[in-house]
Amino acid sequence: MNGAEYIVRFLEKKGVDLVFGYPGGAVLFLYDVLGRSSIQHILTRHEQGAIHAADGYARATGKTGVCLATSGPGATNLVTGIANANLDSVPILAITGQVGVESIGRDSFQEADIVGITMPITKHNYLVKELDNLPEALEEAWQVAREGRPGPVLMDIPKNVFTGTADFSEVVLSTRKHKIPFKNGLARQLGRITEVLKKAQKPLLFAGGGVVSAGAWEELEDFTKYTGIPVVTSLMGKGVIPEEEGGSLGMIGMHGKPAANLALSQCDVLLALGTRFSDRVTGNPQHFLADTCIIHVDIDPAELFKNVRVEFPVVSDAKKFLQMLLQVLREEKVSFALEPWLDQIKAWAKEYPLTFSQNSLLKPQAVMREVARQAVNQPIVVTDVGQHQMFVAQHYPVQGRRNFITSGGLGTMGFGLPAAMGAALGRPGETVILFTGDGGFQMTVQELAVMAEYQLPVKIFLINNSCLGMVRQWQELFFNGHYAHSLFTGGPDFIKLAEAYGVKAWQIRKPEETKEIVSKALQHTGPVVVECLVDAGENVLPMVPPGGKPSEMLGRWHGEAHISRLS
Amino acid sequence: MVKHTLAVLVENRPGVLSHVAGLFARRGYNIESLVVGETEDQGVSRMTLVVAGDERVIEQVTKQLNKQVEVIKIQDITNEETVDRQMLLIKVSADQAARQEILQLMEIFRCRIVDIGRRSLIIEATGDEGKIEAIVQSLRPFGIKELVRTGKVSMVRGVK
Ligand SMILES: Cc1ncc(C[n+]2csc(CCOP(=O)(O)OP(=O)(O)O)c2C)c(N)n1
Repeated sequence: MNGAEYIVRFLEKKGVDLVFGYPGGAVLFLYDVLGRSSIQHILTRHEQGAIHAADGYARATGKTGVCLATSGPGATNLVTGIANANLDSVPILAITGQVGVESIGRDSFQEADIVGITMPITKHNYLVKELDNLPEALEEAWQVAREGRPGPVLMDIPKNVFTGTADFSEVVLSTRKHKIPFKNGLARQLGRITEVLKKAQKPLLFAGGGVVSAGAWEELEDFTKYTGIPVVTSLMGKGVIPEEEGGSLGMIGMHGKPAANLALSQCDVLLALGTRFSDRVTGNPQHFLADTCIIHVDIDPAELFKNVRVEFPVVSDAKKFLQMLLQVLREEKVSFALEPWLDQIKAWAKEYPLTFSQNSLLKPQAVMREVARQAVNQPIVVTDVGQHQMFVAQHYPVQGRRNFITSGGLGTMGFGLPAAMGAALGRPGETVILFTGDGGFQMTVQELAVMAEYQLPVKIFLINNSCLGMVRQWQELFFNGHYAHSLFTGGPDFIKLAEAYGVKAWQIRKPEETKEIVSKALQHTGPVVVECLVDAGENVLPMVPPGGKPSEMLGRWHGEAHISRLS
Repeated sequence: MVKHTLAVLVENRPGVLSHVAGLFARRGYNIESLVVGETEDQGVSRMTLVVAGDERVIEQVTKQLNKQVEVIKIQDITNEETVDRQMLLIKVSADQAARQEILQLMEIFRCRIVDIGRRSLIIEATGDEGKIEAIVQSLRPFGIKELVRTGKVSMVRGVK
């Protein structure tokens, strides 16, 4: 058996039925074998599309996304997507071809040191120089991508390793010299955490993306039902708990909901699960919640004390932690009387609702609310990066599991379209709704070809404000309205562009057209682009200025027309 | 800032040094010195790292190192009873007049002369940081032509 056959066989054994990729010289032998296998290969139109699609696929399914690229430019085109998956802890196996071992280091044609390049942005990476090492490296890579805190793993494989043959039937996978597992201190901490929670008057649960990775939806629901502790989320945690009345208070942080941010700033105990306390949440980490007792639970020990001060650090996955804590609370029959706190939060929500100003122009938030109103069967919601992303986070209540996909940590424009494609391919039969901006859409628009080819049920709402909205907003607020290179003065006819790819397209120009076109788009089978010509001057509010405290939100309060600071 | 000495056992595979060094670069930690070599177990290498930083930085360094796939075990031996050694090679100017004096000095420090040139000597020394520093200082007046020293290797004393 040769190396290429071994790899394909390995992927099949791991249950991989779909990979994304783009061929080239260094991987031709791999493709030759792949083309004869049971594995479906999606030929994206750019390697960035392949890796973001693998990423969207992984987030939507919980499986490991696999993507392939050739050496040199093929591999370097993956870089943004790898960094994106790394910051959002998404399990991906990226296999790149490399020039033959003999040619490495000679600046050979299409040679790039992709292992060196991706070292700081992968969970781990390999250059497999010898065929003998291939089985063990593959097995380990597969494990590493998934175990603990997931992440992308890259394997760079020289051409001659694909073609070299060996008898793999005898291969015994030597187990790794396992390091001593980190002491999690969970048992010791549980009793003390219970005591703290018992005394808490204003407890708050903060759920991050780790709750999704751990698949702890049920546990979270049980826990909140029993305790009544209100929940806020990060962007990555959005959707872990339904966002309607009685559910999550919504997202906290720079563009968080007012009541959620106020609850955060006032809580006396913060139970933070699977979050890395990013600067979009904390503002200045040194002054973050100075008077609050913080319990921080994360599967990655390195996250504890990384950004904020913590009273109770716990190394655990969110699922196990919630199960065990709830068990203790039940056994001890701990009851919570949080009415005053919950009333306070309700009062905040009433006094500081999430609003947006209405005029005769189409508002992006109104489009999102209308889509959410009409969408049935809990669609997967995907966003690109920018203002529209924050509007979705604020105004679109996501339902169901693994149904919110966004580039959180890296904030990668161009992520949305291919990620939506990967999500649609990973969950056939389910509708995907993509909100994207006119900037980000153009960064990976070529993948519309794949959408059309496979008739993927992706409803693309292209929020066209003729500018790089988020950049324009910062320039308005912090650079005295000096809009340096953020306003588009030209651009494609998006309708014709979509149609050129064979994708149905409509336009919403006025608010009153919204209802009908949203309805048509949602009912259309296959991909659709709905170009929404929105008010270009709209800003994402509230906004905690960078470095500010959660309560220091800029917004329009009490129906006033001007923007002011809340506290 | 306190200097910490970390003894890190790693799997002896290609790429391990880059992974560790890369981690320090990426997270903005400062390595004062790094020595790596095989251990009694062929498959395992040991790195002795000297890192400067406050408690928070050292804790992060340790935890981030621990996440590296090849890292087996990390020990912060800063506050342990250890035997520490560095090695020094130093070329000093030594005309006939100075030669005798240098030889006497080196006798005191128990160093070895490993090369004798017409106008210079190469001296080899091992010892802990204090001793190496003292040797360098004592030779400075004669004129140091070239100096090279390794980072520190450490071993915890006694049975542990
Ligand atoms: C690849 C990349 N380049 C630049 C940025 C910086 N950036 C953040 S938001 C934004 C504007 C996005 O504009 P658009 O896609 O039109 O969305 P909008 O903000 O208008 O909703 C830019 C340029 C980024 N996040 N990603």
